[in-house]
Amino acid sequence: MSVVATDSFLERAPLLFRDWIVGHFPVALQWLVHHLLTITAILTVFGLFFAFTTIAERKLLARLQNRLGPNRSGLPWFRTLKLWGLTQPFADAIKAITKEDIVPAVADQVLHFLAPVVIVAFSLLGFAVLPFGRYLIPVELDAAILYFFAAGTATELAIFMAGWGSRNKYSLLAAMRALAQLISYELPLILSVVPVVLVTGTLSTRDIALAQGGWTWGVLPHWHVFTPWGFAGFLIFLVAALAESNRSPFDLPEAESELIAGHLTEYSGFKYALFFMAEYFGLTALSGLGITVFLGGWQAPCAFLEFIPSWLWFMGKLAGMIVFFIWIRGTLLRLRIDQLTRLAWQFLVPLALLNLGNAAFWALTSGWTGPLALARWAISAAIVIVPFFLLGRRLTAGYAPRTYRYAA
Amino acid sequence: MLGSGILKGLGVTAKNFVGSYHDPARMVTQEYPDTPAKLPEAYRNFPFLVTENATDPMGTLRCVACQICEKECPPQCIYIEKSKDKKPDATGKPQLYPAVFAIDTAVCMSCQLCVEVCPFDAIKMDHVFEVAATNRFEGLLLNREQLAKPNEYFHQIRPTEAAEVDGRLTAERQAAAEKAKAAAAAKAAAPKPTTPVAGVADPGPASPRPATPKPAEGGTAP
Amino acid sequence: MSFALLLIALVLLGSAAAAMLSRNLIHSALLLTGAWAGIAAFYLWAGAEFVAFAQVLVYVGAVSMVVLFAVLLTRQGATAAPVEFDSYKRVVGSIITAGGVGGVLLGAIFGTPLDVPAAPSPAALTVRQLGLQLMGPYAAALLIVGVILTVALLGAIVIAAVDKPEDPAP
Repeated sequence: MSVVATDSFLERAPLLFRDWIVGHFPVALQWLVHHLLTITAILTVFGLFFAFTTIAERKLLARLQNRLGPNRSGLPWFRTLKLWGLTQPFADAIKAITKEDIVPAVADQVLHFLAPVVIVAFSLLGFAVLPFGRYLIPVELDAAILYFFAAGTATELAIFMAGWGSRNKYSLLAAMRALAQLISYELPLILSVVPVVLVTGTLSTRDIALAQGGWTWGVLPHWHVFTPWGFAGFLIFLVAALAESNRSPFDLPEAESELIAGHLTEYSGFKYALFFMAEYFGLTALSGLGITVFLGGWQAPCAFLEFIPSWLWFMGKLAGMIVFFIWIRGTLLRLRIDQLTRLAWQFLVPLALLNLGNAAFWALTSGWTGPLALARWAISAAIVIVPFFLLGRRLTAGYAPRTYRYAA
Repeated sequence: MLGSGILKGLGVTAKNFVGSYHDPARMVTQEYPDTPAKLPEAYRNFPFLVTENATDPMGTLRCVACQICEKECPPQCIYIEKSKDKKPDATGKPQLYPAVFAIDTAVCMSCQLCVEVCPFDAIKMDHVFEVAATNRFEGLLLNREQLAKPNEYFHQIRPTEAAEVDGRLTAERQAAAEKAKAAAAAKAAAPKPTTPVAGVADPGPASPRPATPKPAEGGTAP
Repeated sequence: MSFALLLIALVLLGSAAAAMLSRNLIHSALLLTGAWAGIAAFYLWAGAEFVAFAQVLVYVGAVSMVVLFAVLLTRQGATAAPVEFDSYKRVVGSIITAGGVGGVLLGAIFGTPLDVPAAPSPAALTVRQLGLQLMGPYAAALLIVGVILTVALLGAIVIAAVDKPEDPAP
């Protein structure tokens, strides 16, 4: 790694900018300004990221289905400028804010109000420990991964508050369903990350990202996803992350078409928008964790691409993950609740546990070289591929391959 | 294998995504106010009256004021007054014409029954997509002048049906002309050949119309 | 520093007291969850990062769900619990129980030699050291706890699983 490339001005630019602003304040207040600036930066960057994720989602979903997507909204006084509809999120925000906020008369007023606040607040907490760049990590915690998952669990509580506080049978039933789903998928989600902790021997996100540095011949990155156990873990993580953030094909908790939006039934206006904001924040944070843990964090994929600042690499990977999730949403159909829990308990959890053993094998055989290294790869791959086939056959027995009698 | 279907599905949507940028035929969206709406050929809303000639719409209405449509119309939105005199039609035969022909489009339910029953192919369903009026009584009551539209317009909006109708009319008129010719020839053969000019003069009133779009007239001219 | 502790203690005790006094069981459960979160905040204040996050993960995330599910699945009818005393026997019983538990706790607290200020507090353990300790000297304890939890889980499954009569083939 060349020092010049990794310590360039661009690499440190956000930090220098922050220090420049902090320098304007009296010394006694500097620590406060320092933290407030970090928080403001996260809120601004990821608030805008959320706004443009919504428009990207709508546009991409449209294109995946041969439609055009929103392309009308332009600027208020420049009617001729259409800007491909990119100002749509701001129009949506204005609409959500100006809508009437309806609270049912029998609802639990406190919990009904508290639920969207809690869910947004807790979904933002995860961003605190993500290393956005080589020097850009808001809070360096020793137990960052644990903190991340601990912060994420509170969203379940908020969903329960929303469902119960609405005093609506649909809301309550949907909230219970959502909780069943979230609890089911928390296990594979955490279990898919544990192998990485096992191999790198740390819970700190910064160290995990650093551990994936370096390249073989300058082009093959040492990311965890490029190992058998890492690849399997990444796939499990992807599925569990989709379920944890209520994304299609696991969007049963809201399921507009069958559950009249589930626990959001009694919400309107900006509170409704807050739930969606939290959903996207959760998705973004989980994607960020996935990138940090499996996709090399802020590391560049090739040595000669290191001149691009690391935080740009991170944001690029983040955008890639989000696009992938949107692609999934545009492709797959919603699962049934029994299929959902079956997938978690009969497929993902056993596979994740086996993968944990696989990672242990990988960590123990790190000394194998030459032909033994090939054997290491083969054994490690076999440990995940064979159970994948066996468990997959059991899971799909009676379902696949599907024959279509009437469709072409 | 578990997951192969997912990969296949992802492939399909990826193809859609790429295709939507370079293959306009894939797109289903019509950006309606910006581009005119593409209506299916069988689309229908209100009837219009077919005229043979755009330059003289009132003189060349196919309608002979037989009033069948007026009687058939379920919501009774058609009002017809017969003319007192007769005008020659496309074949030169003197026919009545509607002195008043009005359709209240506020009442019309677009059932197309008038089109089904018309023996003269004189009334057809229109493709008007945007209908607006400032007055809901007079504004939506369309009179003869507003209803009359040339045959070319009919060809434009419903090519297949118009071609079929024209083919039928041509054949009928040809047959009628041949019959008239044969009758004239028989007449000429029987007594004395003094009035063959009348047979030629018969389409005389039709000759001021431009003969180009009507193969029927080309058939009758000799 | 002590101001933060005071704040945490106030929130913790306040939510715990409110949880006891609330007539609404769901409110009580949620306030109890708040108290657990307060305990986590206390751990964090004390520098026990790992324990604090584990507390949130386990109590706020999982145990609260168990409590809420239990409340929702077992209660029938109105969710407002009566706060009147049922009988004097119950009152006396509850006071004796509370007094006994309180006495044991107080005895334990006062019986423990609190010589913390005497010894210089060791540097905060890193998570790595904690993990090595758990996997080294305390591995047996960890395994036993794991076995007990697994047995409990299996027992719950056995109790919950109802033998459904097989559908006769159509």
